[in-house]
Amino acid sequence: MKDYFAQIFTGGKSLLVGMMITLREFFRPVVTVQYPRERLPISPNYRGHTILVRDEEKPEKHRCISCKMCERECPSGCIGLQGEKREGVKGLVLVRYRLDFTKCSLCGTCVEVCPTDALDYSNEYRHVGFRREDFHYDLLAMVEEQK
Amino acid sequence: MSTTPEFREHRYVLNMGPQHPSTHGVLRVILEMEGEYVMDPQPVLGYGHRMHEKMAESRSWPGFLPNAARMDYLASLIYNHGYVGVVERLAGIEATPRAEYIRVITSELNRLQSHLLWLGVLVLDLGAFTPIMYTFEDREKILDILEDVTGSRLTYCYMRVGGVVRDIDDKFIERTREYIKWQRSRMPMYDKLVTGNIIFRKRVEGIGEFTPDLARRYGLTGPVLRGTGVAYDIRRAEPYSVYPDFDFEIPTETGGDCLAAYLVRVREIEQSLRILEQALDRLPEGPFLAKVPKKIKLPAGDATYAVESPRGELVYHLTADGSEVPYRMKIRVPSFSNLSILPEVCRGMLLSDLCACMGSLDLVIPEIDR
Amino acid sequence: MTDSFLPPELLRILFAAICAIVVVFGNALVMGYLERKFAGRFQRRPGPMEVGWQGLLQLAVDGVKLVGKQLVIPRQADKVLYRIAPIVSFAPAVLPLLVIPFSPKLQGRDFDIGLIFILAVVAINVLAILIAGWGSNNKYSLLGAMRSVAQNVAYEIPMLLTLLSVILVTNTFSLKGIVAAQEGLWFILVMPVAFLIFFVATVAETNRAPFDLPEAESELTAGFMTEFSGMGFSLFFMAEYTYMFIACSLTVILFLGGWHGPPLPYAEYTSALWFFLKVYFLLIVMIWIRWTFPRVRFDQLLNFCWKYLVPFSLVHLLVTAVVLKI
Ligand code: SF4
Ligand code: SF4
Repeated sequence: MKDYFAQIFTGGKSLLVGMMITLREFFRPVVTVQYPRERLPISPNYRGHTILVRDEEKPEKHRCISCKMCERECPSGCIGLQGEKREGVKGLVLVRYRLDFTKCSLCGTCVEVCPTDALDYSNEYRHVGFRREDFHYDLLAMVEEQK
Repeated sequence: MSTTPEFREHRYVLNMGPQHPSTHGVLRVILEMEGEYVMDPQPVLGYGHRMHEKMAESRSWPGFLPNAARMDYLASLIYNHGYVGVVERLAGIEATPRAEYIRVITSELNRLQSHLLWLGVLVLDLGAFTPIMYTFEDREKILDILEDVTGSRLTYCYMRVGGVVRDIDDKFIERTREYIKWQRSRMPMYDKLVTGNIIFRKRVEGIGEFTPDLARRYGLTGPVLRGTGVAYDIRRAEPYSVYPDFDFEIPTETGGDCLAAYLVRVREIEQSLRILEQALDRLPEGPFLAKVPKKIKLPAGDATYAVESPRGELVYHLTADGSEVPYRMKIRVPSFSNLSILPEVCRGMLLSDLCACMGSLDLVIPEIDR
Repeated sequence: MTDSFLPPELLRILFAAICAIVVVFGNALVMGYLERKFAGRFQRRPGPMEVGWQGLLQLAVDGVKLVGKQLVIPRQADKVLYRIAPIVSFAPAVLPLLVIPFSPKLQGRDFDIGLIFILAVVAINVLAILIAGWGSNNKYSLLGAMRSVAQNVAYEIPMLLTLLSVILVTNTFSLKGIVAAQEGLWFILVMPVAFLIFFVATVAETNRAPFDLPEAESELTAGFMTEFSGMGFSLFFMAEYTYMFIACSLTVILFLGGWHGPPLPYAEYTSALWFFLKVYFLLIVMIWIRWTFPRVRFDQLLNFCWKYLVPFSLVHLLVTAVVLKI
C-alpha cells in the first residue's frame, strides 16, 4: 500500500520534472537555420568533390601533367583523363579531366597520390541534379572558370 | 504465454519492415503473432547487402579504406581504425605515437556521437519525439569538430596506414575541450528527462532480459553484454592502440534487460569523455604520419585486429598471399551477433516491447548486411 | 424576424450548425498550426516558416494538398467500410458543439441532458476507428483499432465516475447549469483530484500521447490510419482535433468555470473569450505533454486505468457523496 502511493508520487514528480525541462527548452533560442535561405559557414577543411588547383604561374593554369596516377589509383574508377602531345610543349597537355562524382567515395587517394599536388578538395556541398550526367564534372572546365 | 496447439491456429504473420519506422534501415522482421504477442520473430537480412568482404578481395588494399567507413555509418572512424590496424599488424608497420593518440581521440568522439544518436533513437522508438532533437544538438557539435579535421561529417576516411591524414591543431583541442564541458552539463538533463521518467522506466525495466550465459552463446558483445554484468570491452580485454595509457572504467550493470543496456551506454558517455580529456592532456608531439613506403605489399599470412565499436566487438581478419590484393577479408560485426539473439529473447513479448528491445540492441543495419 | 421565410427556430438551428462547422474547421486550422509551432519550439526549431508570415498559411496549403490527393483504396480493403469510416468519425464530432455553452447566450441549444448527449455522441468515434481498422484490411490498422477500443472502453469508466461527482454537486446534466453553478468558485478548487483524473482520462480518450496507442507510429506505422490518404486522412485528422477541442471544452465546463472570468462589456456574448482561452490553454498543455513523454505500453495503459484511476475516482465519488450528505 505504501509502495502504491509512493509510486504515484515519484512517478508524478518525474513527469512534472520532464515537462519543466521541455518548457525550459521551449524558451531557449532555436538552434536550426532555415537552410536554403540561411547557410552556416562551412569548414574550409571540408572535402567536397576534387578539383584541379588553379595555378596562375602555369600556362594551363593548373599543375596536372597527365601522368594518370590518380586514374590508376582511384578505387572507384571514377576518373577519366586524357593528355595530348603538343608542338613546342614539353610533356603532355591535359585535354580532358572527367570526374564521375556519382561513384567517388571521397577517399582522397587521388589527392594524395598526385606527384604535382594538382588536385585538391572543393568546398562545394550542394550538388543537385536530375540526371546522372549532372554529376559528371569536367574539372578542366572548372579550373578555367575559376578566377 | 502459452503456446498450446489450439492457440496456433489463431496466429497470424505480421511483416515488420523493411520500411518500418522502428527497424531503422532495411531490416525486415517476420513476426508470428498471437494478438499483440510476438511468438516468433525472424529477422530477414540482406536488403542492404553490398558485398564489402568480396570487394576487399578484388582490389588492392588501400582501396578498401572508404568501404570500411560505409559499413557502419555511425562508427566510421572506429571501422577505419580497425582496418588500418589490421593492415599495420600484417605489414609490420607502426603508427607514430601522436597518430595513435589522434586515432583514439577521433574514435572516442565517434563513439560519443553514436551513443548520442542511439539515445535519441531509443526514446523515439518508445514514442518520445523530443529527446532526439536535444541529442542531435550535442551530436552536431561533435560532427562540426570532426568535419573540421577529417573533412566529412559521416563517412570519414581519415586514417591511413602509419597514421592519419591531417594533424589536429589547437583549435581542434580547444573545441573538443569545450564540447566535453558542454556534454557534461547536458547529462543531468537527460537523466531527468529520460532516465528518471516513469513511463520510460516502465517501458524498459525487465524487458528482454537475458543471462551472461545466453549472451555468450549468441556471441553478444558491447553494451548489451556489459548490461549482464560481464566487463568485456576490447579496449581492456585486448588492448589496442594507446588505450592501456588511459584510466577509465568499463561500466557494467547486472539487470541484463533493456534498462541495463541503456544505463551502460549512458555511463559510457562519461567514460569516453574521460578518455578524451586524458588524451588531450597527454597528446605527444611528433609526426602524424609515419614514414611508410608508397606501395606496401601485404606479406603472406594472417592478421587479426579487434576494436571496440559502439555496438561491440569488431574484428577484422585479413589473409594475404603476398600481393597487394588481400586474399580474404573476414569482418566480424557486432550488430549481426547482437541481432541473432532477437528470436530467443523476444519470444512471447508484446509488439511494443519488441521495438524497445530492438532499440536497445542499437542495430545498424548496413553493418549487418555489409 | 417574424416575416422571415423560415420559422425562427429553424433559422437559429441552421445558424448554429453553420457556426459549429466553422468552429470545427477553424479549430483544426488553429490546432494544426499550434501543434507544429509548439512542437518545433519544444525541439528547439522554429516549426513551419515558409508559407505566409511565420508559416501561418501552412495549414491552408496542406489542406489544399490533401484535397488534391488521390484517394487510394487498397485492393483488399472492404470498399464500403473503408469509405464510410472517416465520415463516421467526423460527422459526430460536429454535434457536441451544438450544445456546448461558449457564453451565456452563445449556445446552439441547452439540453437538459447535454452532458450525456456529448458523451454518447463522442463514443461513436470508437466505432469509426474500429470500422477504419477493419475495413482497411491491414494488420497494423486492425491492431490499432483493437487497441483503441480497449482503451476507450477502459477510460470511459473513470471519466464517468468523476463526472458523477460533479453532477452530485450541481444536480443537473445541463451544461449551462453546471457552468452557472460555478459562479465564484470553480470546481477545480473543490475537487482537484477529480480534475486530474478527468483530464488524464480525456487525454486517453482522445488518443493523444502518451496514450496514442492506436496510432503508435514507431510500432504500428500509423495504426488505424495507415491505409488512408488524401481526404480520408484529413477527415480523421480534423476529427481528432475536434474531439480534443470537445474534451477540453468539457473539462473547462466541468472544472474551470466555463465562461466565467473577469467581467467584459456585453458579457453575454464576449465572455466566450474566456471560454476559448481556457480551452486553448488545456489544448496547449496536451501538446506539451505529447512532445515530452514516451508512449506507455498497452498493458500498462489498462493497468493505470484500473489500478489507479478507477479506484481513485470511486473513492472520490464516495467522499463527495458523504460530504454532500453532511
Ligand atoms: S576521392 Fe577517391 S574515389 Fe574520389 S576520385 Fe579521388 S581517388 Fe577516386
Ligand atoms: S595524378 Fe595529378 S598530375 Fe597525375 S594525372 Fe592525376 S591530377 Fe594530373
